[in-house]
Parts: sequence; structure tokens; C-alpha cells
Amino acid sequence: MIKRILLLAVLLVLAWLLWSGLYKPLLLGLGVFSCLLTLYVVRRMGYFDNEVFALRYNLRLVGFWGWLGREIVKSSIEVAQIVLRPSLKVEPKVVALGADDLEPLDQALLGNSITLTPGTLTLDVHEGRILVHSLTAAGADAVLEGEMKRRVSALRQG
Amino acid sequence: MYYVVTIATFLTMALALIRAILGPSVYDRVLAVNMFGTKTVLLLSVIAFLYGRPDFLDLALAYALINFIGVLAVLEFFRARVARREAENREGA
Amino acid sequence: MDLALDIGSWILLTLGGVSVLIGGIGALRMPDLYSRMHAASVTDSMGAILIILGVMLQAGLSLATIKLAAILLFLLFTSPTASNALASAALLAGNKPRAEVPDTPETSQ
Repeated sequence: MIKRILLLAVLLVLAWLLWSGLYKPLLLGLGVFSCLLTLYVVRRMGYFDNEVFALRYNLRLVGFWGWLGREIVKSSIEVAQIVLRPSLKVEPKVVALGADDLEPLDQALLGNSITLTPGTLTLDVHEGRILVHSLTAAGADAVLEGEMKRRVSALRQG
Repeated sequence: MYYVVTIATFLTMALALIRAILGPSVYDRVLAVNMFGTKTVLLLSVIAFLYGRPDFLDLALAYALINFIGVLAVLEFFRARVARREAENREGA
Repeated sequence: MDLALDIGSWILLTLGGVSVLIGGIGALRMPDLYSRMHAASVTDSMGAILIILGVMLQAGLSLATIKLAAILLFLLFTSPTASNALASAALLAGNKPRAEVPDTPETSQ
């Protein structure tokens, strides 16, 4: 717990110093004040008690982002074609993806990743069930096929 | 070359404004305003380099924060209103 | 080297401008709220990534790049959260999507 507090404190101080770029006593004092205030508020939210935001899946997360980036590019092109088509016929589809075998944080990560890729949109996450609205039937099938879910749950292992 | 991006962003902001005026539901308007806000952040980052003034980046970040919190606050407000109306309906029935 | 960087960032910025514009057109043309959100998502994720990366190439290795990276990360973290809040609020308020909503969770895989 002490380690996590110290890590966050160092990050906050670095962010303040880099951002302001001014080293006058008043501004440094304000910086110390805001860092301490942030630590207090974050502690009151119970951030340090349980592992809410794990910094530990660091490197594998970068790989996931790379994959997500490619997905975003691919589906952006698809959505762009649909948008620019003169007839503009869309047949949206809503599907539910069961995700109760994932940790809450991973469910949030999965939901956000689904929203981030154009063409699929998380409507609701409730009791381990992710409602996904998709612009095309093919997109909905791709979500149900579950490659993204596999990749998200693979982040946790090891 | 920054001008291409700047003009595209301005056009998109105009389109978002039209969508915000057309509506039809309140959520379409919130969507349009959110889009407008994101475009403002991008525009500010491009302008920082167009005019060679890196301090605009701080404004961009601050605007991103305000936009996010603002959209969430507005949505929370509408959600509370919907919940209250439903509760009143249930009492009346 | 400088020329290559310039060309790269020019391509990124132009593509970013195009995708931002496509998203804007989509948000105007699409028939219902949820489809519009898909179009807005093109500007929010694709446009933001391309434009900020393009500007980052111009900035080179400097404090501005770190700030731009922070802005991009922040945008990518918050925009799905905001769309999610918007979608679930609209759904709760009875704004029905133009497709049937399933009740039972289908099994994945």
C-alpha cells in the first residue's frame, strides 16, 4: 500500500513539474497542495485498498493497444464506406455478449474497447452482460465470435 | 498543410452544430456537443503548431477535461429527471 | 530525414482531416441516434489518433510530444466512457434502437 501511494505521488509530482515548467515558490506550493489533495481524495475513494487499476499488465497492454489500433483502422474504413454510400441503408443489430467470467475491470476494458472501434457500440454493461449495438450484422457476429474478449482475458493471465 | 486539417475540423464542427440544432432528441444534441468538444481539442492542438504556440496544448487538455465532465454531468442530470418521472408515474398508477 | 517526417505527418494529418469530416457527415446523415454514435466514433477515435500522431511527428522529441500523448490517451480513455454514458442514458429513457434487443445472454465462442 505504501508502495502504491509513493508511486502515485511521484507520478503526480512529475506531471506537475513537467506541465507547469515554472519553478516559482507560489506555483511549487500550489503543486504540493494539489498533489496532497489528490492523494487524499484518491485514498478516500478506496483506491489503495484494493487493486482497482493494475499497472502490472504494462507490456502486454501495449500489444493489446497495437491490435486495437489495427481494428480501429479496419472498422473505420468500413464505417466510412457505409457513411459515404449514397443510399445509406443501415441495418443495425443488437446482441448481448456474456462476460461474467471476466473481472469487473476487464469487463470495463472490453466494453470500452468495443465502443472505441467504430461500428460497434456498448449500450450497457450490467451483471456480466454487455449489450452491443452494431452497425452491421457482420460486426455483431464478430463481437459474438469473441476475439476481443479472448485478448482481454489473456491480459490477466501470467 | 495544417490548413487542410483546420478547415476539415471547422467543417465538422459546423456539421455537429447543425445536428445539435436539428436534434431531434436531447441525446442527439448531447452527442453533437460532445463531438464539437472533441473537435475543439483537436483544433487547439493543431493551432498550437500552426501558430507555434505550444501553450495552446495546455488549453487543449483543460478543454478535454471540461468537455468530459460537462457531458457526464448533463447526462446524469437527464437520467435523474427520467428516473423521477418514472417514480411519479408509478405512484400515480 | 526531415522531409520523410514532414511527408509522414502530412499524410497522417490529411487522413485525420478526412476521417474527421467523414464522421461529421455521418453524424448528420445517419437515420437514428445509435447509428449517429457510430459515425461520431470515427471522428473520436480514428480522427483523434491520426491528427495527434501527425502533430506529434512535427513536434519531434520534446515536451510538446509528451503533452500530445497525454491528450491522446485522455481522449481515448474518456470518449468511450462518454459514449457509453450517453448510450445507456438514452436506452434508459426509452430511446429504442432500430433493432430488437435480446433478453437472454447468448453464449460467446
